[in-house]
Amino acid sequence: MGERIQQSAVSSQQSAGSEKKPKATRDEYGEVLLELGKKRSDIVVLDADLSSSTKTGKFAKAFPDRFFNMGIAEQDMVGTAAGLSLTGKVPFASTFAVFETGRAWDQIRLTVCYSNTNVKLVATHGGITVGEDGASHQALEDIALMRSLPNMTVIVPSDAAETASVINAVADYKGPVYVRLGRAKVPYVMPDNYRFRIGKAHIFHIGKDVNIIAAGIMVDAAIKAAALLKKDGIDTGVLNMSTIKPLDEEAVLSAAKSAKLILTAEEHSIIGGLGSAVCEFLSETHPVRVIRIGVRDTFGCSGNPDDLLRIHGLTAEDIVKTIKDSM
Amino acid sequence: MSVLTKGKITDVSELRKVAKNVRIRILHMLTMAGSGHTGGSLSAADVAVAIYFSKMNFNPKEPFWKGRDRFILSKGHAAPLLYALMAEAGYFPEDVLDNLRKIESPLQGHPCCKRLPGVEVSTGSLGQGLSVANGMALGLRLDKNPARIYCIMGDGEIQEGQIWEAAMTAAHYKIDNLCAVVDNNGLQIDGPVQKVMGINPIHDKWAAFGWHVIGIDGHNMEQILAALDEAEKTKGMPTVIIANTTKGKGVSFFEHKVEYHGITPTPEEYERAVKEIHNG
Repeated sequence: MGERIQQSAVSSQQSAGSEKKPKATRDEYGEVLLELGKKRSDIVVLDADLSSSTKTGKFAKAFPDRFFNMGIAEQDMVGTAAGLSLTGKVPFASTFAVFETGRAWDQIRLTVCYSNTNVKLVATHGGITVGEDGASHQALEDIALMRSLPNMTVIVPSDAAETASVINAVADYKGPVYVRLGRAKVPYVMPDNYRFRIGKAHIFHIGKDVNIIAAGIMVDAAIKAAALLKKDGIDTGVLNMSTIKPLDEEAVLSAAKSAKLILTAEEHSIIGGLGSAVCEFLSETHPVRVIRIGVRDTFGCSGNPDDLLRIHGLTAEDIVKTIKDSM
Repeated sequence: MSVLTKGKITDVSELRKVAKNVRIRILHMLTMAGSGHTGGSLSAADVAVAIYFSKMNFNPKEPFWKGRDRFILSKGHAAPLLYALMAEAGYFPEDVLDNLRKIESPLQGHPCCKRLPGVEVSTGSLGQGLSVANGMALGLRLDKNPARIYCIMGDGEIQEGQIWEAAMTAAHYKIDNLCAVVDNNGLQIDGPVQKVMGINPIHDKWAAFGWHVIGIDGHNMEQILAALDEAEKTKGMPTVIIANTTKGKGVSFFEHKVEYHGITPTPEEYERAVKEIHNG
């Protein structure tokens, strides 16, 4: 696939508090993995012929003995990663999100989750912003697939800085993890002093009228939407729910108790992802109205990421309109 | 370091005796459980006994000992065979076998590594064990750990595409601390393997994938031991032993019968079977 990097899908305006240039989370991953490799000899990396796109190629070049290109064979890659972990290695297995989670789901289920092995599945090219490659390559169901597996932790970082923090955290954590990264450049949204902790949401603000619980690139859209709504006197909170499983229930509950309306925002199908996780939890504990922003049970198509976000209703403007229409 | 409770067995007649014990245990636990896979547990018993008790270094008191050789039962439905080997080796008391497939038992219907230390990885969904074996072999090689990996697959199992992905990987990475075995009993649930989905020419296929292939009678202990020795001496490429076996081996009225893939003995059949094995 082409390596031409899209203009940021969501960077039409700079985010609050950052002048750093937008960066793809996969680019950050490649660099952090290289640094981890220097520090820790137990880190090994597997890829399925996409190391130039997933950015594991940097690690491969520096540590050829600890890098295993498995060819176009995702099922074998996951099983091999499980085997490596059972000898004390900490394997990071990467490919595109569609193939990592869909092609190898049963392998992830049996040899990673059921066997509870210390395998890190770090997939790139998650979501609709894959762009021109089209629906076959746009993972919109990956979070649903991973979230349904016992023992699995599911993380979707919002920007490059959070990605670095996530990758370091999962390298230290013992157990199966799925991390979803993106292809396109994205702006920095998290505060400079932010440090990711597994299972802990970052609360930008809890609103009195509505709270947006977002993940991945939709955190940026949520921040922009909240700023626009503030001008109209609507107090809108924003939470970055980067760990989708285990869900930060305390944070979700405080958002639901503060405002009568919750919006979830994700670059994923509305079935089975963050929106579902929030609904499942709130319907049992504190029922409030939840509106899910996401891809509405359909496949994507080719196009540039900004156009795709627009036609699927995933922009800040779409969030603003949805909230205004609902109040 | 490598403490094996009974010491390694190299005497053929002694190994045959162990194989008899293992077969009786398999039938005992399956009869108690009332469900499970009889035919494929019996067919692979002789090869598995030879691997476990003549070749492998392990310590039942220390199942996570780093220097242990690893045994992966990729055909996880033959779990009773694995449990019989482990009981024989002293991983757990004999009476645990009575709990096969019962609620909260460490002896799950298919092997579960989280419930039974000594099971290296959970299996049961076919086609996955060889990939895990490769990963272990690569991990041990990185650590310059001389331990070896053994992986038993079913012949029907090699219809799974992942097996051939893993076959490519083992050859590509010149994995020679791994010995794979195909329990070539010729039958699968829906009938003869060659009728359901032909796998022949099985030897040529593995050879074409870059493996050293050894064909043997999988019930002939001398041939099994010679093949395991040859595998250990083969360097620079992975070895697969194609063990021609009989489904249900050891019990005349189970042998060659497709239906005994997933049927267990009645108490009456159990008594007859044990007599046959003792006299065999």
